[in-house]
Amino acid sequence: MNEADKISHISLADRLNHVLQHHWKRLIVFIPYFWLFVFFLAPFFIVLKISLSEAIIASPPFKPMLNWAEEGIMQIRVVVDNYAYLWEDDLYVKTYLNSLKISTISTILCLLLGYPIAYAIVRSSHTTKHILLMLIILPFWTSFLLRVYAWMGLLADQGTINNLLISLGVIDDPIRLLYSEFAVYVGIVYTYVPFMILPLYANMEKLDWTLLEAAADLGAKPMTTFFTVTLPMTTPGIIAGALLVFIPATGEFVIPDLLGGGNVLMIGRLLYNEFNANVDWPVASAVAMVLLVVLVLPMMLYQHIQSKETEG
Amino acid sequence: MSNGRQSRFLFITTCFGIAFLYIPMIMLIIYSFNKSKIVPIWGGFSTKWYGVLFASEEVWESVTLSLKVAVVNACFATILGTLAGLALVRFGRFKGRTLFSGMISAPLVMPEVITGLSLLLMFITLKEFIGWPDKRGFTTITIAHITFSMAYVAVIIQSRLAGMAQDLEEAAQDLGAKPLRVLIDITLPLLAPGMVAGWLLSFTLSLDDLIIASFVSGPGAVTLPMLIYSRVRLGLRPDINALATIIILVVAIGVLLAAWIMFRQQKQRELELSMSEEN
Amino acid sequence: MSQPIDYNDRPWMDPDAEPFIRVQSVSKHFGDFTAVDSVDLEIYKGELFSLLGGSGCGKTTLLRMLAGFEDPSAGNIFIDGVNMNDVPPYERPVNMMFQSYALFPHMTVENNVAYGLKRDGLPASDIAQKVEEVLAMVELTRFRKRKPHQLSGGQRQRVALARALVKQPKVLLLDEPLGALDKRLREQAQFELMNLQDQLGVTFVVVTHDQEEAMTLSTRIAIMDNGRFMQIGTPTEIYEFPQSRLVANFIGNANMFEGRITENGPDHVVVESKEVDCEFYIDHGLSIQEGSKVWVALRPEKISISKGTPASGPTNTLKGMVHGIGYLGGTSTYRVQVGDRLIEITSPNQNRPKDGNPPIEWDEEVYLSWEASSSVVLSK
Repeated sequence: MNEADKISHISLADRLNHVLQHHWKRLIVFIPYFWLFVFFLAPFFIVLKISLSEAIIASPPFKPMLNWAEEGIMQIRVVVDNYAYLWEDDLYVKTYLNSLKISTISTILCLLLGYPIAYAIVRSSHTTKHILLMLIILPFWTSFLLRVYAWMGLLADQGTINNLLISLGVIDDPIRLLYSEFAVYVGIVYTYVPFMILPLYANMEKLDWTLLEAAADLGAKPMTTFFTVTLPMTTPGIIAGALLVFIPATGEFVIPDLLGGGNVLMIGRLLYNEFNANVDWPVASAVAMVLLVVLVLPMMLYQHIQSKETEG
Repeated sequence: MSNGRQSRFLFITTCFGIAFLYIPMIMLIIYSFNKSKIVPIWGGFSTKWYGVLFASEEVWESVTLSLKVAVVNACFATILGTLAGLALVRFGRFKGRTLFSGMISAPLVMPEVITGLSLLLMFITLKEFIGWPDKRGFTTITIAHITFSMAYVAVIIQSRLAGMAQDLEEAAQDLGAKPLRVLIDITLPLLAPGMVAGWLLSFTLSLDDLIIASFVSGPGAVTLPMLIYSRVRLGLRPDINALATIIILVVAIGVLLAAWIMFRQQKQRELELSMSEEN
Repeated sequence: MSQPIDYNDRPWMDPDAEPFIRVQSVSKHFGDFTAVDSVDLEIYKGELFSLLGGSGCGKTTLLRMLAGFEDPSAGNIFIDGVNMNDVPPYERPVNMMFQSYALFPHMTVENNVAYGLKRDGLPASDIAQKVEEVLAMVELTRFRKRKPHQLSGGQRQRVALARALVKQPKVLLLDEPLGALDKRLREQAQFELMNLQDQLGVTFVVVTHDQEEAMTLSTRIAIMDNGRFMQIGTPTEIYEFPQSRLVANFIGNANMFEGRITENGPDHVVVESKEVDCEFYIDHGLSIQEGSKVWVALRPEKISISKGTPASGPTNTLKGMVHGIGYLGGTSTYRVQVGDRLIEITSPNQNRPKDGNPPIEWDEEVYLSWEASSSVVLSK
């Protein structure tokens, strides 16, 4: 048979094998790339799109995208409308700022609690180290939701803490602990402190502790050594841990909802409510876009640190 | 602060930290045995709430759904995350690498409300254009979970690869293995522990997710966290305490088992090492 | 004059011989940094060739280019006449033994060794036989089922060697093969390696920073510094006839004196140095102009130290005071102050005087003398 016949007899299996052998690298990149593009990146553009559209009473509750071309002029007005609405209504600005305030303070609290613990773990003996790490990680594997629920039980008016204080005679009437900003702080610190401890621990583990001994040898008192040697050395770990707490905490929903009640304004809850209760998807999308913009810089910083870690 | 006082400070803080982490969970467990319906007020010892829990069909349905989603999610996320990790560490600079790197690490820190909202809107748009997904539920929840789980797997794989010296792969090439063969014979087997860790992590994250599932789910598809949330936002409930206790115990057993296995492996290695020294 | 040269032992001296490995104007740049700077090298079949140098000199980079893990930025590499540009490592007739041994931790010794043969697609029975033979050769047969972490350092080294040799490569590259072994094992391993190479006739290219190792093992050595070859030659040539101060100082020790050529005859050269007050008389002519600045290198073991006036006359003789003595058992090292200079002498400790006193003491006045053929004149 001639060449043409031979070629047509190459089976599908052979063809697939050929593709695999020569293009396997591209395949490896392509598959996750495609997935992320479709299910992570593209959705953001859709949110952007919808944040620029009008709310209508329909299902889905926004004007479909196909109308873009025809209503060119009107669209420009609408852009301003949704975002302007966010700016004009006090509620949104207040909520954004409050979210940032709460997440910043929580991050600092996590740092104050987490840093000594991470330090203690690094300095402990081999067995103790593993036990402590296991103890820190174990709660992480249990349900986040249930751990927040646990605090509901502790902080409620009829809850454990109030019961204890009353039975000890410290107070007569229960004090308001639940459904307050205080409860939200407790909740965030409680759930996020492992995220502070682990990067700190990872960073401290790699450090050269003989530098501390050298400093002491040169006459530095422990406090001085801490501020001039230890702290600068652990800065990368502090930053990584802080970002891992700050960024997600800003958009937290469950904790302000279950522990803060209606009293604590956080942007995650607001978004959820806009979406579900008010069914105003364009505004919810605009809220999401603004939150994204606010967090983009910290997120890029985090990504920059991570890539340096893997390349270095 | 002198060194002695420093050690005491560290010790006290660590004890406080551990207590802080565990006391709420212990209280949860204690009150699951509370006879009284009002959770924090002790009315006597009883296991009746466990009975209530096991009798609830809603609970079983949501547990089943959550487990199914978690398993499927873990399998796909491990595969996708491993591919992504390999590409980022071993393939040098390729076109679109920066974007890829950004996409794979963003889910780690992105607030869930944003991811959830954006995915829901994506599914709705897709339905408009190509008619799929028809109904939101198991499929959409699983897809959403895979998307953020793979980011976690990728991080684990990347860090394992970065710690793996390249000379093993070079040695295989030197002995005649083509790059694809090296991947299969050498890289993947050595990555296996990382892949297992990734699988477990994805599984846990999926079981635990509330927000994203709430956004992308549809009528009739209620995951366990969604069920718990809908019940507790109205107040404290002892059957939820019972559920919490079971989950905590399962996790605790799992973690202890894993720790024990690793401990045994370590001892085995030390034995083999001393054996070889004698030769 | 001299005997005819035996080209079997010294193939590089045969003008008709074809080199087995030819490195032609090869350079390697990493960004701004030049690791290997346009080098040329010819290695002949059956040699045990060493690349010697300190860290960062480029020797490992050159080895990796031979293996195929790096591509030259410029130049060509020929192995057995074939240009290796664009030939990936898995298609080269070359095998490498890595510094870290790079044994596959998840495979047994047997499977580690068999890996290369499996990639060649040999039938299982052939593979089994070859593996058995090579394991017997390195004396690891009873460890065949063990995994690398169950072996000692010396055993792992032998597995790495077996794995590389079982494919009967044309060239074996070794990256610091003995570096991880302790001193006792190292000496034994050195001889084993040499015997193996002799037996198999495989061309070895070794990278090392250890000059003793290079001197012991090699047929020829190339000394590298900053990406260039400083000198290529047999151990004897490099030691006795270094071509630069760098090489003279790199291998062994040398007392270096800066001076000028005051006489340059057909059969002798005289060098005068301001550093010491004697003339250096060298008993052969040199193609260096009279009046040029040169250095005279004098190795410690070539200097005789005595209390009485030596017979050599005014040239090649110095007087000084013993400043320090290092007693090393078999030899003694003396540091003698001559003017501003401290000169190092090494002397074997033969025949101790019967009265128990060491022959030379601190602060004694001594005479140093050497033969006219002992010193080397260097122009760079």
